[in-house]
Amino acid sequence: KITRENSKAKSFASPLLWANDIFCSKSTGISWNSLAALCWIHRAKMDTNLVEMFRAGLNWVTMALDAPSARVVLFGVRIQWHIFVEVLLGFVIVILLSQKSYKPPKRPLTEQEIDELCDEWVPEPLIPPITEDMRHEPPVLESAAGPHTTVNGKDVVNFASANYLGLIGHEKLLESCTSALEKYGVGSCGPRGFYGTIDVHLDCETRISKFLSTPDTILYSYGLSTMFSTIPCFCKKGDIIVADEGVHWGIQNGLQLSRSTIVYFKHNDMDSLRSTLEKIMTKNKRSKNLRRYIVAEAVYQNSGQIAPLDEIVKLKEKYKFRVILDESNSFGVLGRSGRGLAEHHGVPIEKIDVVTAAMGHALATEGGFCTGNARIIDYQRLSSSGYVFSASLPPYLASAAITAIDVIDQNPELLVKMKQHIALLWKGLKDIKGMSLASDPESPIVFLKLENSSGSTKEDLLLLEKMADRALKEDSLLVVSSKKSFLDKCRLPVGIKLLVSAGHSESDLVKVSESLKRLASELLL
Amino acid sequence: MITIPYLTAVSTYFSYGLLFAFGQLRDYSRLIFDWCSTNNLHGYAPICLAHEDFYIRRLYHRIQDCFNRPISSAPDSWVDVIERYSNDNNKTLKRTTKSTRCLNLGSYNYLGFGSFDEYCTPRVIESLKKFSASTCSSRVDAGTTSVHAELEECVAKYVGKPAAIVTGMGFATNSAIIPVLIGKGGLIISDSLNHTSIVNGARGSGATIRVFQHNTPAHLERVLKEQIAEGQPRTHRPWKKIIVVVEGIYSMEGEICQLPEIVSVCKKYKAYVYLDEAHSIGAIGKTGRGVCELLGVDTADVDIMMGTFTKSFGSCGGYIAGSKELIQYLKYHCPAHLYATSISTPSAQQIISAIKVILGEDGSNRGAQKLARIRENSNFFRAELQKMGFEVLGDNDSPVMPIMLYNPAKIPAFSRECLRENVAVVVVGFPATPLLLARARICISASHSREDLIKALKVISKAGDLTGIKYFPAAPKKQEEEKDRIKLD
Repeated sequence: KITRENSKAKSFASPLLWANDIFCSKSTGISWNSLAALCWIHRAKMDTNLVEMFRAGLNWVTMALDAPSARVVLFGVRIQWHIFVEVLLGFVIVILLSQKSYKPPKRPLTEQEIDELCDEWVPEPLIPPITEDMRHEPPVLESAAGPHTTVNGKDVVNFASANYLGLIGHEKLLESCTSALEKYGVGSCGPRGFYGTIDVHLDCETRISKFLSTPDTILYSYGLSTMFSTIPCFCKKGDIIVADEGVHWGIQNGLQLSRSTIVYFKHNDMDSLRSTLEKIMTKNKRSKNLRRYIVAEAVYQNSGQIAPLDEIVKLKEKYKFRVILDESNSFGVLGRSGRGLAEHHGVPIEKIDVVTAAMGHALATEGGFCTGNARIIDYQRLSSSGYVFSASLPPYLASAAITAIDVIDQNPELLVKMKQHIALLWKGLKDIKGMSLASDPESPIVFLKLENSSGSTKEDLLLLEKMADRALKEDSLLVVSSKKSFLDKCRLPVGIKLLVSAGHSESDLVKVSESLKRLASELLL
Repeated sequence: MITIPYLTAVSTYFSYGLLFAFGQLRDYSRLIFDWCSTNNLHGYAPICLAHEDFYIRRLYHRIQDCFNRPISSAPDSWVDVIERYSNDNNKTLKRTTKSTRCLNLGSYNYLGFGSFDEYCTPRVIESLKKFSASTCSSRVDAGTTSVHAELEECVAKYVGKPAAIVTGMGFATNSAIIPVLIGKGGLIISDSLNHTSIVNGARGSGATIRVFQHNTPAHLERVLKEQIAEGQPRTHRPWKKIIVVVEGIYSMEGEICQLPEIVSVCKKYKAYVYLDEAHSIGAIGKTGRGVCELLGVDTADVDIMMGTFTKSFGSCGGYIAGSKELIQYLKYHCPAHLYATSISTPSAQQIISAIKVILGEDGSNRGAQKLARIRENSNFFRAELQKMGFEVLGDNDSPVMPIMLYNPAKIPAFSRECLRENVAVVVVGFPATPLLLARARICISASHSREDLIKALKVISKAGDLTGIKYFPAAPKKQEEEKDRIKLD
């Protein structure tokens, strides 16, 4: 039997010895041993020269293989050359295991098959079939949309225009518009970057900044596009936005275009907001470059509620969020001098980072603006898509805005009158059956929500539309019934909206309360 | 296809590289200086990270005086450009009370309605006195006046479709209409050089978006075949519907869309065609009815026709024209119709009056004169520029003419040189165009007279010589072989 001690000298027999070690067992031991002995004896009989050369060559190879490991001592154990072979085999096994499993070969479609598929594909029609309720026509006005207007030759009291201070038809506005039209024509024929910036735009921006005491303002040419251009400018993928669930479609579209993470909190509920902010902050403490925003409206278009700005600012400072506020329905309305929600709650306006507003409400003109500190406004001038890629506001509307702000500044009694009218209307509508007042007592949007919903929004909307139609036909009153596009994700209750103006008379307010009470008792019970 | 000479491409890359490197150097030095000063953000993340507005701070601010130039008169053929000065190297620009009278080659005033017009403006003022500047209400509540109803009928008749709907802004039209027509499960195939409003609307809709090579109907056919055969991504279900979006005139190239071929491809594969005629309505075609009239395409083949009133009608707003059912459906669901304030009544009146003038219904032939003049002016100007050796893009009859500048240093040089000679031009660079392809864009108007154009040509030729943008040899020599040029799409 050849033992390990004998084989210390490297010889031809050592591989055999290794094999001997591995396969040696009691049953095969004798056979292996005899085989080994046979080989040994046979070897001695072979031609010694060839064997000598062979043996020398093999000696050299084994020495070469062993040479590096002659110095390698790992963990006190001397590494022999076969360790390298084992390691190599190990690598091969790992590579083979990590290969993808066998896939059947791909068979791309032939030209004929593609043509067949194209022939048999039938697209949906571009629009679904028109139903009866889609044919409803809105009332066509034949005079200015002031507190009293003309529909179908009849005089109608108008509660459907957001003309809160009664500036539609004001002589000063008409004068300034006329002179602007004669000087500049109607359109501005270009975006702001390419000779569409007219000096009236710059004057308007300065005037708004002065009125609100903010550093800078930027003008947009359309109220709805203000929000959906501003939000994607600052909120990018990965940022976090906490928004009220009752925001209007413009803001929803902006949130969708920004591709940030959006979390909604319950409508105008500060506890829900606090818990949402708490949850977000505990989850995302790591990133320093993550921007966080709270988006809210000052007076919600869908429900007439007023956002409690002082609490929002407290929360924002505690959790380090930035606030984007939409003051479309509160600019010129809330606050002692009409400067908006910040004045109403006594919060310094610097604490709100971005304030946007559409001018198609109290200012009786069109367009929108955004106001804030210089860095924010400058950034928008180059990256806000609704500003850069769109024609600028027609100059006569900008000059109307300047005049409107001047009128608001000089006539604070308009605000007082409007507030009185809201109070009167609340008194009149207090005990209406089937509906309840769901808006804030100080908001110019008086919202009557349906108490008993039929379960389906469509049915409710049809019922409200019927009510509004009858109000127009029987009592010559224009009121707003909620309308929803299928793109609008807001799920707040629907109802009738009344937009109070400083130009209404007391008899108008009494008339509308009586009419709505009568219609509600007829249609809703 | 724009071909750019090798040397120009190399020098443009080099210039941008130099500007970039210099900007980075300044940023680093700013970082070092700011290390010492306190950070006043107090835990808030910066509203704009350094690399996000690098281009604005280091490249755009240097040439800021070429953009956003304020004017103090109507955007007519001659404007008063207000002079501005800067104390801090162009970072902020301050207005002065002085202004210079310049020839206006930048405003979109194709038919000359951009200023006081003898027929339109009195009617506009009348409607202002009757209806006031705004209705403060959305169209479905109390924002529809008799003027709006008349306007929609007028537009539908003019464009050649059964009905139309009008919104207050062209940009918002695309953003609000496309999500109503198509949603998840649909496919939008749009031209690679479409306007941002279309891209925004397509993104907001949730449909899958694929792009085809600019103005290449063959590639559109390939994309359509592939997509219909493959179906929706991952599920491979068939697409619900496919809408192909193209523009009439592309505003940065001046090219007219190859509408007949595209319409035939779409008909074959049952896709719907959406045509955005922002620049072409009122400007091309024998009676100004746009690209359909020019190329002889039946308007019934184009499913949705969209356009804006800012360019040729001197007003504001956008429209969509289509079948009666389509418009009724849009009026019921489109958010711009339900929630946004309706278009200002005097602007609506301006559009109606402008259309009447164009069609000759005001009793004069001013409309036909304007249309003939703009065609003459465009063709004359383009031919002269090409004779001088400028590289001018765009097809014949298109009033938009981009002149290639390429190099970033030539952008402000050309603009300032022209302004010095009292010609106001528009220059465009990155990101509105690809990085290498900066250009100056000329918009011809029907109110430009022959003398105006000749003066403009003289000034542009001089500025072109100084800045070296006459890439082609001047006529009558033939153009060089193209073997030393690289083709760029």
